[in-house]
Amino acid sequence: MSDLIKIKRGADIKLVGQAEQLYANTEQPETFAIKPTDFPGIRTKLSVREGDEVKAGSPILFNKDREEVKFCSPVSGEIAEIVRGDKRKLLEIRILADKELRYQDFGAADPNTLDRDAVKEKLLASGCWPFIRQRPYNIVANPERTPRAIFISCFNTAPLAADTDFVVHGQEEEFQVGINVLSRLTDGKIHLGVDGSTNPSTVFTNCKGVQIHRFKGPHPAGNVGVQIHNIDPINKGEVVWTISPQEVIILGRLFQTGKFDAQINVAATGSEIQKPRYYKTLIGASVKNILADNVSGNKNRYISGNVLTGTQIKSDGYLGFYDRQITVIPEGDQDQFFGWIAPNLGKFSISRAMFGWLQPQKKYKLDTAMNGEERAYVVTGEYEKVFPFDIYPVQLIKSIMIKDIEAMENLGIYEVAEEDFALCEVVCTSKIPVQETVREGLDLMIKELGD
Amino acid sequence: MKLFKNLLESVKPHFEEGGKLEKLYPVYDGFATFLFVPGHTTHSGAHVRDGIDLKRTMITVVLALVPALLFGMWNVGHFHYMALGEQVGFWDKFMFGAIKVLPMVVVSYAVGLGIEFAFCVIKKHQINEGYLVTGMLIPLIMPVDIPLWMVALSVVFAVVLGKEVFGGTGMNILNPALTARAFAFFAYPSYMSGDKVWINTSTEAGQSVVDGYSGATALGDLAVTGSTSFAPIDMFIGTIPGCIGETSVIAILIGAAILLFTGIGSWRIMLSALLGGVVMGLIFNWVSTLGGLSPEQQGFMGVPYWQHLIMGGFAFGIVFMATDPVSAAQTKRGKWIYGFLVGLFCIMIRVFNPAYPEGVMMAILFMNVMAPLIDHYVIEANVKKRKKRLQVNVKTA
Repeated sequence: MSDLIKIKRGADIKLVGQAEQLYANTEQPETFAIKPTDFPGIRTKLSVREGDEVKAGSPILFNKDREEVKFCSPVSGEIAEIVRGDKRKLLEIRILADKELRYQDFGAADPNTLDRDAVKEKLLASGCWPFIRQRPYNIVANPERTPRAIFISCFNTAPLAADTDFVVHGQEEEFQVGINVLSRLTDGKIHLGVDGSTNPSTVFTNCKGVQIHRFKGPHPAGNVGVQIHNIDPINKGEVVWTISPQEVIILGRLFQTGKFDAQINVAATGSEIQKPRYYKTLIGASVKNILADNVSGNKNRYISGNVLTGTQIKSDGYLGFYDRQITVIPEGDQDQFFGWIAPNLGKFSISRAMFGWLQPQKKYKLDTAMNGEERAYVVTGEYEKVFPFDIYPVQLIKSIMIKDIEAMENLGIYEVAEEDFALCEVVCTSKIPVQETVREGLDLMIKELGD
Repeated sequence: MKLFKNLLESVKPHFEEGGKLEKLYPVYDGFATFLFVPGHTTHSGAHVRDGIDLKRTMITVVLALVPALLFGMWNVGHFHYMALGEQVGFWDKFMFGAIKVLPMVVVSYAVGLGIEFAFCVIKKHQINEGYLVTGMLIPLIMPVDIPLWMVALSVVFAVVLGKEVFGGTGMNILNPALTARAFAFFAYPSYMSGDKVWINTSTEAGQSVVDGYSGATALGDLAVTGSTSFAPIDMFIGTIPGCIGETSVIAILIGAAILLFTGIGSWRIMLSALLGGVVMGLIFNWVSTLGGLSPEQQGFMGVPYWQHLIMGGFAFGIVFMATDPVSAAQTKRGKWIYGFLVGLFCIMIRVFNPAYPEGVMMAILFMNVMAPLIDHYVIEANVKKRKKRLQVNVKTA
């Protein structure tokens, strides 16, 4: 049997609104969107105009610095709107979907018979390439490099996350084909990190050509960064690739059918969702139909993703490219009278200066309140409790703040991504914007050293 | 609550841009956020946040200091009336002490916060909560008879040179409260040491100090004569002369329990400092058996090691001062080293320093200076490990 790796440091934030394990029916949304902001560290350029007709798999965007990397439409239809923000920054490319999807044909093929270049070409042409992300920097992989290994985390420990076993159920074949595709791309191993505290799905355990590692522990044990750090940490100059299970399945479908079939299963979660359930939809779907008549409260935060790393969207916004979860929680914009000394029983805290320790099993209905203001670092040893890396988190953050590239490198920036610091940000007494800082650090490294 | 809200809203325009008191906005903001934790919501990164903030952290430490403060007040009265040979009840002692101690607390907060506010206005910063703890610590580590203006001056020195010149809360190298004490100690030694300052002996008409009264502390006795008449149980309970907050080990232990349970005080530092003190005490105990020492030295070195832990400011220092997260070591391993050396140097300086038989202040300040160095080497070890891993990989590849 595979090795069991125990993650000791971390924290599970228990929230109200876990999705019930059944698929709810809802009409497919009319519009879909690709959001360039989902791809940090990359300058994207449009290859379509408003009014253009596209098929599922037609390119919409490409990487300005590496034109072969394309971002394709998940559906067929018409480019309805190109939304720009300040300084004409591209925000969303909205597509009005056809009722019957038309697919661009990329040709079915057995990945085992293709060489590396042919596999790459197919992935790049079909818009499946951006599913593969690279560490360091947690960006869309650079196709010119060959990864030392590929890592896939097959469980998600984030608050209210979709159950990976449930969403991949019955897609064993597609997953295996996807793995075969990936195995053409590296000379190293493909590592699957599975949940060591449950019986993982046979989709993963029966998979061939992979090495399985079991992980046990609180969040962020399911983060691929934590798994890489424990299996085979990244050194300077090395590259590894990561991809998540539902995306492996999309790669599998591409080679089985020749189509970019962007079907995914997502969980609608959070305390303000009346019936938290799973939904079958496509990448970039509008969340409007899923949330229709399913949301309580009127002042809510809509999040594409989970509460730790997700992106704020509008109630009729769109799922992020990598997000497989929608979370709705109340906004917390009320001033609190003497809040710093009140008992605050409804608030989550890993510190026992609050009274959460009285009810360790309590499920919280958290809102988006900051619960304080930003301050200089005072408390020490706080991040370390929820940061299971052999890295000094505060020192790394400080080196990013002063833009000291050498210090960042020495302190281990190659091994981390924003998501690995999400819990640090949550527990921070000084309310430092940690994830934003880490992203700035990664972007600076890309700018100075290239990907 | 509504009343406060309305009041804040009504004065707010004066402090906002274009208002008459625009420059004092940080002061307004300080008061407003003191009354109401502002309803700011997350706008980047994680959407939910831990309930704790710096105000909560600081107030928890202040609460942990309250037992020592209350006991200190009572103790001041207790020794005052003892020196006068009068028998009075609990409340009389407490009230006398309160009248002596509270003005020091008020002066400390007023002067310290005044300077903080001024700096925030100049630098247009938000007001940080760091001084809430410092302001309480300063009176607790002063002798009761020190004039208020000296307290004020020490606070000015500590806040300006100890903290603000480095960038304010979170940036200081030295513990600000100890900086205040060190200033007072070197500027006004006759008010900070000896055997006259620890007990208030002011008399009113008809009162007089009793014959044979001595105001020396246990450590003072030991340094001069090599022995002390105070029983260990008195030292533990706290019925001995000394700085206001430092005498009662029981009160300090209550505070320590709060800090340790809430996780705000580092148990690593407290434990390792305790170990450091014990080790140095044991070394001295052993040396005292060797002979060739003067009787006073032999007497001081011969003090059972555990008594060092309950004498003077040792307990107060390692619980409330050494654990200050900003000036202490920040890494786990660094905390062990830092704490151990604090304890070790405390007892060493205490026994060896002929001029002033207390080492806690010096030991902690010294280790505050050394803490970044300790952290540097701890982190360097981590960096080396990472570089070594790279080399191993290059070789095997």
